[in-house]
Amino acid sequence: MSNASPHNAGGPSLLDRLPASIFPRVTGLHAAALIIAILLIGLLIIPVFQVIYVAFLDPNTGALTLQNFVDFFRTSLFRESFWNSFYVSAMSVVFATVIALPLAYITTRFNFAGSVVIQSLGFIPLIMPPFVGAVAMQLIFGRNGTVNLLMEEKFGINIPFMEGLNGVILVQSIHYFPFILINLSTSLRNIDRSMEEAAQNLGSQGMRLFRRIVFPLAMPGYVAGAALVFIKVFDDLGTPLLLNVNNMLAPQAFLRISSIGISDPMGYVISFILVAFSIFSLWASFLVMRGKDYSTVQKGGGGLSRRDLRTGEKIAAYAVVAFILILVLSPHIGLTLLSFATIWSFAPLPDGFTLQNYVVMWENSKQFITNTVIYAGIAAVLDVIIGTAIAYIVIRTGIWGRKSLDYLATAALAVPGVVLGIGYLRVFHSIDIPFTDKPMASWWVIIALALMIRRLPYALRACTAALQQVSLALEEAAESLGATKGSTIRRIVIPLMSGGILAGFVTSFATAAVELSATIMLVSSESDAPLAYGIYLFMQTPSGRGAGAALGVVAVIIVGLGTFLSQLMIERDKKFKSTDQSH
Amino acid sequence: MTNQMVGIEINDLHLSFGETEVLTGVNLDIQPGEFFAFLGPSGSGKSTLLRSIAGFGPTPQGSIRIGGRDVVNLPPWKRNVGMVFQSYALWPHMSVRDNVGFGLKERKMPASEIAPKVDAALELVGLTHLADRMPNQLSGGQQQRIALARTVVVEPEVLLLDEPLSNLDASLRVQMRRELLALQRKLGLTTIFVTHDQEEANTTADRMAVLDKGVIQQIGTPQVLYDTPENLFVAEFLGTANILGGQVESDGGAKRFRTSAGDVLPLSDGHEGAGSIVLRPQNMQIVDQAGADTLPGTILHREFMGSQVRYIVRTSGTEMIVDQFHHVGHDWRDTGSDVHLKVNTNEAVIVAS
Repeated sequence: MSNASPHNAGGPSLLDRLPASIFPRVTGLHAAALIIAILLIGLLIIPVFQVIYVAFLDPNTGALTLQNFVDFFRTSLFRESFWNSFYVSAMSVVFATVIALPLAYITTRFNFAGSVVIQSLGFIPLIMPPFVGAVAMQLIFGRNGTVNLLMEEKFGINIPFMEGLNGVILVQSIHYFPFILINLSTSLRNIDRSMEEAAQNLGSQGMRLFRRIVFPLAMPGYVAGAALVFIKVFDDLGTPLLLNVNNMLAPQAFLRISSIGISDPMGYVISFILVAFSIFSLWASFLVMRGKDYSTVQKGGGGLSRRDLRTGEKIAAYAVVAFILILVLSPHIGLTLLSFATIWSFAPLPDGFTLQNYVVMWENSKQFITNTVIYAGIAAVLDVIIGTAIAYIVIRTGIWGRKSLDYLATAALAVPGVVLGIGYLRVFHSIDIPFTDKPMASWWVIIALALMIRRLPYALRACTAALQQVSLALEEAAESLGATKGSTIRRIVIPLMSGGILAGFVTSFATAAVELSATIMLVSSESDAPLAYGIYLFMQTPSGRGAGAALGVVAVIIVGLGTFLSQLMIERDKKFKSTDQSH
Repeated sequence: MTNQMVGIEINDLHLSFGETEVLTGVNLDIQPGEFFAFLGPSGSGKSTLLRSIAGFGPTPQGSIRIGGRDVVNLPPWKRNVGMVFQSYALWPHMSVRDNVGFGLKERKMPASEIAPKVDAALELVGLTHLADRMPNQLSGGQQQRIALARTVVVEPEVLLLDEPLSNLDASLRVQMRRELLALQRKLGLTTIFVTHDQEEANTTADRMAVLDKGVIQQIGTPQVLYDTPENLFVAEFLGTANILGGQVESDGGAKRFRTSAGDVLPLSDGHEGAGSIVLRPQNMQIVDQAGADTLPGTILHREFMGSQVRYIVRTSGTEMIVDQFHHVGHDWRDTGSDVHLKVNTNEAVIVAS
């Protein structure tokens, strides 16, 4: 495309004269779409299908077979792992519901001063990767942890909160309950008040009203949250690994591949099961949600009617909220205490406090932190570039197959980190790093690319939302004033999307920085390891726990700050754009 | 900033969104310097037609010649057609000055030449003092003027206005349409104005085209379209029209119109055959005496509208709207009373039904 001014443009060029239907214009956008499609196929589709394919291959003959699955279910350890993973996921959903339901109900039904606290409380657990808090939870709720030591002293009882699977369930439900809380609260808040009033008008009240009207209307939101919790727990590798619970699916896949090697078929069978469950849960929740968007249509009709609490109820409500608050914050409190502790063992609280752990952490983890910044930085930059390009191609162009780019990128949500890691090992161990003869599978760039694929769906959502806020007329105005497509994108579209793009960058960066499940598979040497892997290494020895906790605090600060900044940018962007809503 | 004035010729333009055809065989000849309006209900294709002149939307079949140059296959940025958008489309991340200077910068004009041109454009719309504001600090009317300044500063060959007044409140709308017309006359820019509001079109346009279902129904001055509509759609879309179906007959040398109900009105002229007579509410008087040019009727309803009184009269099988001037001391007709409608048939129009 030439940049010629219409003043001296003598007439349309030959290219412009050709009818577009016969000679489709090949533009930079077509090239970009093609490159992105190749990237997504190479870095997501091929590795995942390779994993699934190998699960059906006879390891010796290379023939297609179901024998691996037969072997899998014949081995008692795998059967046990399968049921354990299922049990832990289901129980985590149950406990997460027990935590989330009262909070959602209290904030949406009553005039409750603590609502603001609950709203922010809902986000706090999410800013800590669950595996980071796992060790701290052991010190508080474990057999010789704070709570049990105190209870033994007072009542002579010891409750196995953290024994085996219980520990995983406790840590996971405390970490993931916000997914249910947020979805359920949104559903409840979106119920049209008149629906409740209509039921009351027809004579329904109390629990009956709740059961017949409120609960069914809030159900889609709950199911969406619960399905998400189930998948996340089912796929998670870090938490069971840190708690030394190995008889679950994800840890088994990791252990088989890391100890026996990438030719062992069991790792692939497990991967297949993980992917199948992910897709099944997403599909099931999609089925439940379909056609059930009950949110209110009229303005000002949102939310159930709220009533004031009586004094007794108020005390009860505050007690419940305080109890949950302490429970939910315990990993953070434990982690902070541990990071400043001299020695903390067989005692309710640490023996003394010191800054030594931070010094040790800093001396030993400079490499981890540098690696993290490099990997997460590369991943997040690529994420927003690809996210912006996909968003523009899907929303603003008619390029053939554009929707499939969106679907491909979003499909990464259904791929557990362990599976992606195994897929990369399998695919890239036979391809050499350019200009060397070392396999790509041990190259650090692969870690960054895995993180990029894992976080792409989030960045894509942020970029899509940002572009949807840019009115098409703003672009057309630029084009009618002589700006080419490229110039319009550069001078109008990107600047107007900048808030959303930055928010997407920060979210991707912060969450990629603490990702463990894919990276743990791909780290080939300690010098290539990122922060999350560093925490895992520190936590392996009792003497390293203090420094590990200190590094964990760094991780929490990174994610917390990132979340805060991206919220800030989205808010700022909304105010800035208020002019566009004037009509 | 006066331009070499150019005309627009559109020949047999067809445009489809997928299966649905939104413009069918549009032919149009807009004179250099003319203020032209596209008038039609929503979905009539008037905005689509305007956008295809600017180069937005799917590529149409047929030709669009601006100053003799066919632009159908040109991208928007090569057309030099200025467009003011319904939402104004001011870029919220740029100051007023940067918004107005955008097109000049795209034309690679040096900054030293841009500044005086931007100042001149802002002066033209009377908003020089707002140059350093951001768009969200401006009122609707100010945004509208900045959008106009931003468009005319690049000296386009043609100015396109897409419902430019629809986002303003009623009093500002009247003021802005006068300003728009004054500005157009001053710049001598060939201008097309899209609106669904007949008053806006009537008060500003030299000529206008009435569109319905992607087809141009009639082209002409506002007065010609109102007085001599060529079909029922134009008759009913412009102002209030009473329609009586029937046919034109010849009685010896004299022509007359026989309604479907059998009532007869004398005509001065007309082609024989089936047709409809279009009567404006002010084309009839309510009288007591029957005559050769009256229709018998009953008053069904009465509305006092200030300067006039509107009666709904049942006559010849139809309900007719009849407006009578209101004078102090004049008695109103009562509902239910039997009256006669005197029809000024020389003001009436016969259209094919």
